[in-house]
Amino acid sequence: MEKFTVHSGSAVPLRYSNVDTDQIIPAVYLKRVARTGFEDGLFAAWRANDPEFVLNKPEFAGGSVLIAGTDFGTGSSREHAVWALQDYGFKAVLAPRFGDIFRGNALKGGLLAVVLPYEVIERLWEAVEADPATEVTVDLQEREVRAAGVVQPFELDDYTRWRLMEGLDDIALTLRHTDDIDAFEKRRHTWLPVTQ
Amino acid sequence: MARTMAEKVWEEHVVRRADGEPDLLYIDLHLVHEVTSPQAFEGLRLAGRRVRRPDLTIATEDHNVPTENILGPIADKVSRTQIETLRKNASDFGVRLFPMGDLDQGIVHVVGPQLGLTQPGMTVVCGDSHTSTHGAFGALAFGIGTSQVEHVLATQTLPMAPFKTMAVTVDGSLPPGVTAKDIILAVIAEIGTGGGQGHVIEYRGQAIRELSMEARMTICNMSIEAGARAGMIAPDETTFDYVKGRPHAPEGAEWDAAVEHWKSLRTDEGAVFDKEVVLDADRLSPFVTWGTNPGQGAPLDSAVPDPADFDDPAERAAAEKALAYMDLAAGTPLRDVRVDTVFLGSCTNGRIEDLRAAAEIIKGRKVADGVRMLVVPGSMRVKEQANAEGLGEVFTAAGAEWREAGCSMCLGMNPDQLQPGERSASTSNRNFEGRQGKGGRTHLVSPLVAAATAVRGTLSSPADL
Ligand code: SF4
Repeated sequence: MEKFTVHSGSAVPLRYSNVDTDQIIPAVYLKRVARTGFEDGLFAAWRANDPEFVLNKPEFAGGSVLIAGTDFGTGSSREHAVWALQDYGFKAVLAPRFGDIFRGNALKGGLLAVVLPYEVIERLWEAVEADPATEVTVDLQEREVRAAGVVQPFELDDYTRWRLMEGLDDIALTLRHTDDIDAFEKRRHTWLPVTQ
Repeated sequence: MARTMAEKVWEEHVVRRADGEPDLLYIDLHLVHEVTSPQAFEGLRLAGRRVRRPDLTIATEDHNVPTENILGPIADKVSRTQIETLRKNASDFGVRLFPMGDLDQGIVHVVGPQLGLTQPGMTVVCGDSHTSTHGAFGALAFGIGTSQVEHVLATQTLPMAPFKTMAVTVDGSLPPGVTAKDIILAVIAEIGTGGGQGHVIEYRGQAIRELSMEARMTICNMSIEAGARAGMIAPDETTFDYVKGRPHAPEGAEWDAAVEHWKSLRTDEGAVFDKEVVLDADRLSPFVTWGTNPGQGAPLDSAVPDPADFDDPAERAAAEKALAYMDLAAGTPLRDVRVDTVFLGSCTNGRIEDLRAAAEIIKGRKVADGVRMLVVPGSMRVKEQANAEGLGEVFTAAGAEWREAGCSMCLGMNPDQLQPGERSASTSNRNFEGRQGKGGRTHLVSPLVAAATAVRGTLSSPADL
């Protein structure tokens, strides 16, 4: 996983709330077995049918920070939603609230999902809409977002921050504790089912 | 200190705890299906890792499978590749798989409980948000992403930060014709799609205790639609009766020890939840959704709401957008909404009791002209049982299509899809834009409402027949 410390880039204002993962990437795009190339599925229905959809506007091309409304990424657990955003070029998503599984998936895979107060999101939308070239900085080191005169701290637990900044793979971290897992398995209830 | 059931189950599964780190939790059962697993197995292969506990892992084919002509090859090439990839992965990594045609094949959340693999007090995960279904047994069961699927395959554990706890108490008893589906739709409308966020919901109260196991699964299934990580119901005699005698249930002295332990998992008197909500079952009536998220629901007796009546600007905008997508005018009585398709099935309402309840309404009646009704059992075992009880014949005689097991029209991944602009009454769990097929419009309903709607052609309850 790529390390994340500070990212600066232009932003895309997505003024919708309740964008569920079926909207982020419709189910037909989930059929692939590879891990890359999901960018064409990102917001596929809106990109195909709505010329006014923000990603169809040339001024927002190349944005790497998505600024979304409340409850972004609710619904299905599909991690493809995170991959689609990353494959499209997004490094961070800012929103007042996220679907839990989506946020977990994002932080696991190195897409920074940052919770900001609604008023701040509103100010960022206005700034970016007024000037699409507005640079938004997401600083994991300092745990703050900076743009258009806004300096807004955000919360992220130390462990996740450390893991993202080091670009560490969770599995390798857990495998260091194989002894603990072995020991735990000896204590499990004997009636617990096995599948084969 | 008094503890909740969720906290007890969590504590029992902590493999390792260290300051400033998430707990490492042991996973008792890992369910796998074709959509969220290919990249996980690929990750194992690339890293030269194996599946640590194939004997705690089980796989089934559900999302992509066609529900007719299941013995022929899948026509859609990409779907076929995904199924074939799962078969290869299962065989390479030694995971037991129920392929299409197998009597144990079906929707992953129907298969686990029916085999007795889901038991109280377990931790259960699956790369699928509706894993919350298994919480009906008093298991801590939650959906995970594909990286976590890989993590569980490799280590049988997950690093997790603790959830918060929430109690949803449903007092009183359900009036006749009102079901578990109506309870959960009413709960979500009440607390909103973000209301359970970060929480494990424990459903309690008299109305919940009076529910069958299958009805409890319907409730826990849709916890995720309220934003919650998981839903749980305390195990009781109903739970034990359901588990007992199933293929993977404990037997003899093991059974007694297990029951003893399961009883101890109930939330202690005086335990404190982070959040509490109370509902009165006596006042519930059949409930349907009018919008494009499961929180946008209302009693069938009411009308499509007017967005102008919403105080919260975000909710108002969401309602406007939803009504435009759903092509509904504010003030239209919900009973006047005409549907093209009725879908009875999914991991929410594709179990034998759901089919029985719908069949009882449909029996001796006909599906309305111009309406298509799809009845899709949640598993092949459910289908077998339904056929043995003559339910299949009831559906076919009424003019419904009686299909093979799978996710079917719950999501647009297999041939069963709505056409653009088509409207459905669906017993599934999500009414998102395009969920059942591009441009399709979904009203979430209970099996009873689905059956009555099929007969009348407009959203209806059995009382309307
Ligand atoms: S029936 Fe629907 S909700 Fe359930 S597992 Fe299948 S696709 Fe998911």
